Amino acid sequence: MNRRLLWPLLALAALLLLNLVANPSFFALRLQDGHLFGSLVDVLRNGAPTLLIALGMTLVIATRGIDLSVGAVVAIAGAVTCTHIAGGGGALSGMLLALALCAVLGLWNGFLVSVLGIQPIIATLVLMTAGRGIAMLVTEGQIITVDDPAFREIGAGFLFLPVSILISLAALAATALVTRRTALGMLIESVGVNPEASRLAGVRSRTIIWTVYVFAALCAGVAGLMISSNVSAADANNAGLWIEMDAILAVVIGGTSLAGGRYSLTGTLLGALVIQTLTTTIYTIGVPPEVTLVFKAIVVIAVCLLQAPALSRVFARREAVAA
Amino acid sequence: MTTVLEPQLPVKAGPGAPSRFLPVIATFVVFVLTFGAGSVAYEGFASGQVVANLFIDNAFLIVLAVGMTFVILTGGIDLSVGSVIALSTMIAAAALRAGWPPVVVVVAVLATGSLLGFLMGMVIHKFGVQPFIVTLAGMFLARGLCFVISVESISIKDKAFRSLATATIELPGGVTITPPVVIALVVVAVAAYVLHLTRFGRTVYAVGGSEASARLMGLRTGQVKVGVYVISGFCSSLAGLLFALYMLSGYSLHGVGMELDAIAAVVVGGSLLSGGVGFVVGSVAGVLVLGTVQTVISFQGTLSSWWTKIVIGGLLLAFIVLQRLIVRRGGS
Repeated sequence: MNRRLLWPLLALAALLLLNLVANPSFFALRLQDGHLFGSLVDVLRNGAPTLLIALGMTLVIATRGIDLSVGAVVAIAGAVTCTHIAGGGGALSGMLLALALCAVLGLWNGFLVSVLGIQPIIATLVLMTAGRGIAMLVTEGQIITVDDPAFREIGAGFLFLPVSILISLAALAATALVTRRTALGMLIESVGVNPEASRLAGVRSRTIIWTVYVFAALCAGVAGLMISSNVSAADANNAGLWIEMDAILAVVIGGTSLAGGRYSLTGTLLGALVIQTLTTTIYTIGVPPEVTLVFKAIVVIAVCLLQAPALSRVFARREAVAA
Repeated sequence: MTTVLEPQLPVKAGPGAPSRFLPVIATFVVFVLTFGAGSVAYEGFASGQVVANLFIDNAFLIVLAVGMTFVILTGGIDLSVGSVIALSTMIAAAALRAGWPPVVVVVAVLATGSLLGFLMGMVIHKFGVQPFIVTLAGMFLARGLCFVISVESISIKDKAFRSLATATIELPGGVTITPPVVIALVVVAVAAYVLHLTRFGRTVYAVGGSEASARLMGLRTGQVKVGVYVISGFCSSLAGLLFALYMLSGYSLHGVGMELDAIAAVVVGGSLLSGGVGFVVGSVAGVLVLGTVQTVISFQGTLSSWWTKIVIGGLLLAFIVLQRLIVRRGGS
């Protein structure tokens, strides 16, 4: 068992146990019209956009970067698609348009980081600040509501399981396959350890950094489509607000270090599940939903302290003594 | 210890102004240009009162940016400041409603902010967790505590607070300012003194330049690393009090996203996010630039407020690229 996955796994187990005690119906699943329903499915469904964004974030963080702009990209993707559909365009062309734009935004972030050499946190802060303004510009400050059955599918549709879950899991599986079955994952990690040394060793650091930012923006774009499709509307102000924080949390809880160089996709999946289960648990056990943030803060601090170098040194010493 | 008096930069001083002053000078130039453009385009823009209003409307942001400057100079970041503002307004409003004397309320608010900063600083220093994550948790915690106090907005009815909020100070020339402006300027002066004329300030620059070297030189890096978060926490709670005076209410959703405004002001003001380079005065200029952009857009009237965000994003980019060029030219 991977040591790094132990804590998030324990946290998830503890949360599920709490639910089992407090509210046994949490685990009830029922089949209706060939669709699976239940609290667990809801957890997955609400967590799907976060998982998708955290997936992109994992690879960015593995290169020792960070992408603060994903929340703004979520808003832009929803705004572009809904405006396009509301203007008489098709759902598919609207989504493709939005994703193309997201790819451009990813290229922009990648350009700032890899070519101009600006720190990732500040490079992506630019788009984080300006992005919501751009989304507002697209929607002209309105909340654009659309009614398009094809567009509804991506966020609210069902294929036995909610479509959004299937999309996120497929993206996870594809990413795992591509990065772990080819050398790509290792190259990403080597860039995270030392971009300059990797470049000297013949790794195309710049291209790799560019790739991860485009990937993160595309993930955020798809998540944005899910979020706006789920409510059939684009809200430039609130769509994806703070989702970058949740995504970063998911990655960190999953054991990926913000210092780059090593990442775990399974950890990110667990991290996203922990965050979403926590949120759902708080709703179901009747704590006012506003207090969620306090619990989140406690979990973050707890997990970070458990993973902190200072504490693991203490553990390592104890084990050495015991052995 | 006189050798660490000046912040060290990997930059050779070119002819004319030393290049470490360049970003700050550039910020002032941008401020003058934006303000000049506003004066040319709009009647009544170029008045002393418009300048005074920049300070009145942004007094809390100035205080916030001062605290953030300390943290950023050490190479850290504090994401909790916006939430601490909200928490401060909530504590102030709730305590005043409960009948606490205003002085006690002020002390309680400032103590809470400083304590939160201290706790975050300790976690960052003792456990080596990244500031980004710790202050993110602080952000969630402070925002969550607001909701615990009350979900509703609480208005401030206390007489002392109300009279302080509506008080004005007349300057020569018929320009009026408010008490928060005076407080903000005092904070700036104290911060500039601490940063440039005390051992603590020199160590802040040293830690930002290279923490390992600073430690090897025998500087108290731990004390300073915790200290800057206490300062930032104190400044955010003070800014929260000023914001409470400005809005005359406590509300959990006050100051959403204000941490980004503060970071943007510091960056536009010429500080490097990697630490070690920057001036408090620059951050104040950064706040003034952001404030002027907002004023221009509100004078224009036809432009919507979301243009503010796009322009600020553009300014951020321009300054980052500028700094990049300066550092690169100096480094080669």
